[in-house]
Amino acid sequence: MANHQLNPNNWIDLYSDYLFNYTISRVNDRVVAQDLVSETFLAGLKSMGNFKGEASERTWLVSILKRKIIDHYRKINSKKGKAEVRMNYNSDSDTEGDWLEERVEDTFEKTAEAKLENSELGDAIYDCIAKLPAKQAEVFKMKTILGYDTETICNEMNITASNLWVLIHRARTALANCMEENWF
Amino acid sequence: MKKRFLFISCEEAKHICDKSQYGESTFWERFKLSIRLSWCHVTKSYSSKNNKLTHSIKQAEVDCLKNDERNKLKQQFEKELAKHQ
Repeated sequence: MANHQLNPNNWIDLYSDYLFNYTISRVNDRVVAQDLVSETFLAGLKSMGNFKGEASERTWLVSILKRKIIDHYRKINSKKGKAEVRMNYNSDSDTEGDWLEERVEDTFEKTAEAKLENSELGDAIYDCIAKLPAKQAEVFKMKTILGYDTETICNEMNITASNLWVLIHRARTALANCMEENWF
Repeated sequence: MKKRFLFISCEEAKHICDKSQYGESTFWERFKLSIRLSWCHVTKSYSSKNNKLTHSIKQAEVDCLKNDERNKLKQQFEKELAKHQ
């Protein structure tokens, strides 16, 4: 049964941040992530005819993005001989021979499980942000995720500092409640 | 007089709590907030949820596009969209 419809006019406003966050947590490169998101939207546009309406617009775009990310890694891995493993060996006599032990213990490295959980947590946060009114979401993202200072946001959004704090308060209250219901 | 000087409303406490999440509250504000937190359950509950949210956002390392990046993406996409419409 076809319930969902595509409206590409809203794609950038509704999904660009979600898709970007999804991508950057998997490719760790801001420019590559932007390119992949852009390619995803363009591919979505071209294959709109294949959309059956069974999944939501966002799910459908994410499925295209997943293929783009896989293609990206395939492309990288196919460049044989260009791959390089970088290890810095200590060569001074006092620490000589210690390098292997130093590298065995990697306590700061995140485990795959923790990364997956963080990625799911990120998705849950974005699901909640998507429920906020547009202006609240915009101000919240600028302040909390991008870390812009109050003055910059006020100038960009043409609001006063007290307006900003009201928007932040409403956004945080709604998000905390949403996360309480869906995650915590 | 002294009591009033230290007393803050629940709304003010929430505002200070919000600012604290971004490191923008003063020492004096935090002091007044801590007094309110010692007896006000509403403020305590709000503060706890707020701290939890901040922790989650940091833990998830969420990211988003900067305005200029989004505008660039929008321009590229709108060009293509115009061809399809």
